[in-house]
Amino acid sequence: MTATARYKTKPLDCWKKAKELVLEHYMKIATAKEDGRLLVSGCAASCLALPAGLGDFVFMGGEPYGAVVAHDPSFSIPAMEAAEARGYARDMCGYMRNYLGSMFLDKYYFTGGPWPRADFCFGRSFCDAGHASWYRAVHEYEGIPYFCYDEPQGFNWSGSAEQKKEYLAGQLFDGIEWMEKVTGRTYDDEKLIEALKNFFRTEALWGEVCLLNAAIPAPLDLKSMLSLMPISMLRRHERCAVEFMEQLRDEVKDRIANGIAAVATERCRLATNAPPPWSFLKMFRYFEGYGVCFVGTLVYTVNSGEVKFLDDGTVIPAVPPEERGWPPMKDRESAVGTLVRWLFEHPFGFHVDWDRYLVSVAKHWKVDGMALFLNRGCPLMNTGLQDSKRALQEAGVPSTIYEGNFADCRDVDETLIIDRMETFLEGLGISKLPVS
Amino acid sequence: MGAIEEFEKVIAKRHQYAQDWKQKNGGKVVGWLCTYVPEEIIYAAGMLPVRILGSHETQDVTDAYISSIYCPFCRDALAQGLKGRYSYLDGIVHARSCVHIRNTFVNWERHVPIDFAYLMFMPAHVQSPRSKPFLTKEYGDFKEALEKWSGKVISRNDLVRAIVTYNTNRRLMKQIYELRKRDNPPITGAEAMKMVIASQLMDKAEHNKLLGQFIKELYGRDIGRETSARLMLIGSEMDDIEFVNLVEELGATFVIDEHCSGTRYFWDEILPEDDPLAAIAARYIDRIPCPPKDWPERRRLPFILELARAYNVQGVLLYQQKFCDPHEFDIPTLKQMFTENNIPTLVLEFDATIPWGQFRTRIEAFLETLTFNLV
Repeated sequence: MTATARYKTKPLDCWKKAKELVLEHYMKIATAKEDGRLLVSGCAASCLALPAGLGDFVFMGGEPYGAVVAHDPSFSIPAMEAAEARGYARDMCGYMRNYLGSMFLDKYYFTGGPWPRADFCFGRSFCDAGHASWYRAVHEYEGIPYFCYDEPQGFNWSGSAEQKKEYLAGQLFDGIEWMEKVTGRTYDDEKLIEALKNFFRTEALWGEVCLLNAAIPAPLDLKSMLSLMPISMLRRHERCAVEFMEQLRDEVKDRIANGIAAVATERCRLATNAPPPWSFLKMFRYFEGYGVCFVGTLVYTVNSGEVKFLDDGTVIPAVPPEERGWPPMKDRESAVGTLVRWLFEHPFGFHVDWDRYLVSVAKHWKVDGMALFLNRGCPLMNTGLQDSKRALQEAGVPSTIYEGNFADCRDVDETLIIDRMETFLEGLGISKLPVS
Repeated sequence: MGAIEEFEKVIAKRHQYAQDWKQKNGGKVVGWLCTYVPEEIIYAAGMLPVRILGSHETQDVTDAYISSIYCPFCRDALAQGLKGRYSYLDGIVHARSCVHIRNTFVNWERHVPIDFAYLMFMPAHVQSPRSKPFLTKEYGDFKEALEKWSGKVISRNDLVRAIVTYNTNRRLMKQIYELRKRDNPPITGAEAMKMVIASQLMDKAEHNKLLGQFIKELYGRDIGRETSARLMLIGSEMDDIEFVNLVEELGATFVIDEHCSGTRYFWDEILPEDDPLAAIAARYIDRIPCPPKDWPERRRLPFILELARAYNVQGVLLYQQKFCDPHEFDIPTLKQMFTENNIPTLVLEFDATIPWGQFRTRIEAFLETLTFNLV
């Protein structure tokens, strides 16, 4: 323990397992063809359980891949430039440019070998800035089949919710039939049901883990959570993800019970709204030198996981359908119906509900301030950022907005971010800790 | 006064026009933000649907609401609301199209006093057979909401009358566009744009009368100069008439377009069906799609190429509202398509105001290459 340390700390016991699961996933993508496994690509927020009915498959989520690449400028910059050389503008989604750039270069980040050509793309249209167009570009360039469904939840649309659920369910049924047709495989509803059970459970568990970080000292820091999150994002339909999340949850509870901190010097708790600038994760370590612990980000709490925001402003872990007395999933129809109900019960809520969500998590995590990220690489995520800031201020939560790009390191001014954050911290009465 | 002057007058005094209409007709005025809003249903309710447009002025009133990474049009449009220029609006309606303009709607609903706000889920998966029946139901909800708000029942006849009026409007504008195929079109691109924008601001019945007059005026009309290079204007939202004028003054004529103040707004008619709401839904599902709704297969590009051929286009200006991702996705493929068809393109990035000096240099050079190719 250093002179400035207030809490004991230790590495996570499940850290090695987490790394293995993530790497295993990306290697399964690389070897999918030789292993006879289906490779499906699409938006990582799609329902990954759906292709499970086809049998062994692995999902290449575009955003997590784009994020991993973003962390390594030596790979990301050539990928970005390859996308730009084909006419894709620099202000477009950064994840997409890392993904498309890798495809154009025919280079897969995890092996350095050829880009793994998917068997088909299966995505969802939610962000009208481009998810559907992203995989259309893949479909056209690689000549692979493409299905995308339209998700009518998440923005407080006017009119009845019931017909929107029907519309979504109908498209999912169509998607299943389409997958059978393009792969020539018979779809097994039992496998879908099993994958959905894992999907709901993993999402709920990851949401629970995020909320456990309300403890002081925080058992996890955001930088570590960003390495754990991909399991719940990429593999949430798999049994291994459920098992890992249970192990993680138990370990986090144990850390809380024993007062084990993620950041030994924790004296200021911050949270954020968005993904981080992936090329500048060291900022989190830098601010530990101020006694700052970033305790969470709203986006991965509700994107890779699920929680329930209550009308009284509190937030609680989501409960999987099986434990809520929902009608059991016994066939395709009831399985898809359960999925749709789950999605509508946990809307993303960008802009419209986002303020409320941010205030809820800020209070739940007992933060001293919110560092909101104006992420120039993602139009969807910044909608209503100014309203969110006002809502936080009205709720008595100091906040600042720092600007950059989550996936394009050329668009991240590290000095500017540090300056902005240091000034914000100074306003909170936090200065750099003496070096012990 | 000629029809063009009438169109110009409405555009210049759009707020006055709407307020006069309101006083004269006693109906409500409803602002809309995207051409996917089914104006026909609003019109059938005895209301005046008007497109909310920006003013092409520099402004900073939206900085507290919309980040600078969103398109200039969505910010310019919101600025008009924040400045109180649309204070006469009774309602605002938006149909889902893109993240940017939805920002305008949500901020308008929150920060500009308005009596009625409706955010409609317009399917993006328009190629799915599920989309039309779904949208028909969504329109049913919208109709009910309008009825509840106005206290007036919208009858089947009201809907049919609105459909007829809107279809007439589309047919007449298409008839006028047809004249632009001629070697010497009788109208300029700027005039055509004025006609369409006026249609988005006026009572369609009144606009139809002006269109009838305009068609008569066009017989034997000459634009008073050579057609020169035949251009096509393609992009997202475009109401910068001044820009179109300036380009044409350099020695060119826009003979066709594909943007929301042109063909994409009015090209497709409503085909008769027993259920008028289903007929309207079919039109918006099947219309030439905006880029975020053009998947999994592309319908927009073949349509554009067909237009370019039919209007004997020699060069294409692809304009890009800064930060408009949906259109940025289409630009590489559009460029490639035109290159393969030997039609040169020039891409220009637009803000609410434009750097005309720089644009002029580039456009002049572009026109020179076109002229060179023609020689």
